[in-house]
Amino acid sequence: MNLVHLAQAKSPWVLHYDASSCNGCDIETVACLTPLYDIERFGAVPIGSPKHADMLLVTGNVNHKSKRVLRNIYDQMTEPKVVVAIGICATSSGVFHQSYNVLGGADQAVPVDVYISGCPPRPEAIIDAIIMGAEKLKKKWKEEEHPVKRSNQGSDTERSTADVG
Amino acid sequence: MSWALVGIGVLGAPLLGGLLFGIDRKITARLQGRKGPPIVQPFYDVIKLLAKDSTYTNRRQVFYLYSHLLWMLVALVILLTRQDFLVFVFALTFSEVSLALAGFATKSPYSHVGSNRELLQILASEPVLVFMAFALYLATGSFLTGGVFLIDEPLLFSYPLLFLAVLLVLTILMRKSPFDISSSAHAHQEIVRGISTEFSGKYLALLEIAHWVELIIILIIVFLFWVKPWWAGVLLALGAYFLELLIDNTYARLKLGTMVRTTWAWGFGLSLVNILYFTL
Repeated sequence: MNLVHLAQAKSPWVLHYDASSCNGCDIETVACLTPLYDIERFGAVPIGSPKHADMLLVTGNVNHKSKRVLRNIYDQMTEPKVVVAIGICATSSGVFHQSYNVLGGADQAVPVDVYISGCPPRPEAIIDAIIMGAEKLKKKWKEEEHPVKRSNQGSDTERSTADVG
Repeated sequence: MSWALVGIGVLGAPLLGGLLFGIDRKITARLQGRKGPPIVQPFYDVIKLLAKDSTYTNRRQVFYLYSHLLWMLVALVILLTRQDFLVFVFALTFSEVSLALAGFATKSPYSHVGSNRELLQILASEPVLVFMAFALYLATGSFLTGGVFLIDEPLLFSYPLLFLAVLLVLTILMRKSPFDISSSAHAHQEIVRGISTEFSGKYLALLEIAHWVELIIILIIVFLFWVKPWWAGVLLALGAYFLELLIDNTYARLKLGTMVRTTWAWGFGLSLVNILYFTL
């Protein structure tokens, strides 16, 4: 097994951004760090700087204000990187869909790799999404070795099959 | 001291340091009632960082980061070859200053905050190490680190208070609470990411590897207090290491001023009293 791929799958450093969440998903995301769920056992560490992060966790739907910020954070992250949309708001803007001040899910600003629904999703589902994202990190690194221009960014997304709350 | 042994030390120190950091994360997790990451987690992190794209804001930053690791290794070699302890302190200080300069090389205010704090940490910690050099001179008649192998009684028996002061300073050097001011390890929160905010990819990996070497240097400093028999020193070093982990998990971070006041009052006080008592 490739040592780099193993390391990438085992060490996803996550950066959490609240695009305009009601804090429900934020609380569940932070709950993953508590001793009960302990996401660090998978090597995932919440990190403050986008330049260190491998994975961007987005909660809440994207509006006109947060789109620019989300894009800016995403651009500062170095390759390979993945984006995980946590909760139904970040996935498709949920009950706020077509509101005058809402643009939509996180994919309106940045390419999203893993979607996870729920309002809010359970911490188990979030952990599942982060591990799924870490697997995608490996694939992205392989692509960089043999760069292939991606024509359709929406087609290679995955949906978490975990139990959602 | 053969050069082959120095080579083994220089290559082995980062590996051993990384492993100790993994054990640190495991013990910390267990103290908090968590399962914790695997012991080889620091190696996963560094391999991943080496494979990641690296960006830098300007070339000075890269130069200073390499300089940080290089001088840390020089400090290690000085200790391994039992050379002058004062020169070792200067090499260690130069390494730390390089890190602060790497933080200052960017325009990010967060990394500037981290660098300012790093400089204050140096101000708080290095004088106690200089006191240790004086103590070494008074006990052995030479600044050479090898001198401790020539005296019969362990340095700890002559300098118990100085040892306490060094333990206080180790908290700063190991970047552990309550004195993890410039950049804390693990998942602790930080002003963005303190001094390392603007480092990425392999340059961040350089910083991590330098931390591993720094940990080994710190353990060797503790070891110097009890070199005969050697296993007593190793036990002392590991005991000090575990004590730091315990302190890290039971204390919140203190403020900058508190760190400088504590280390200057207690660190200087304890060292001076001990050295005066020894000379009288």
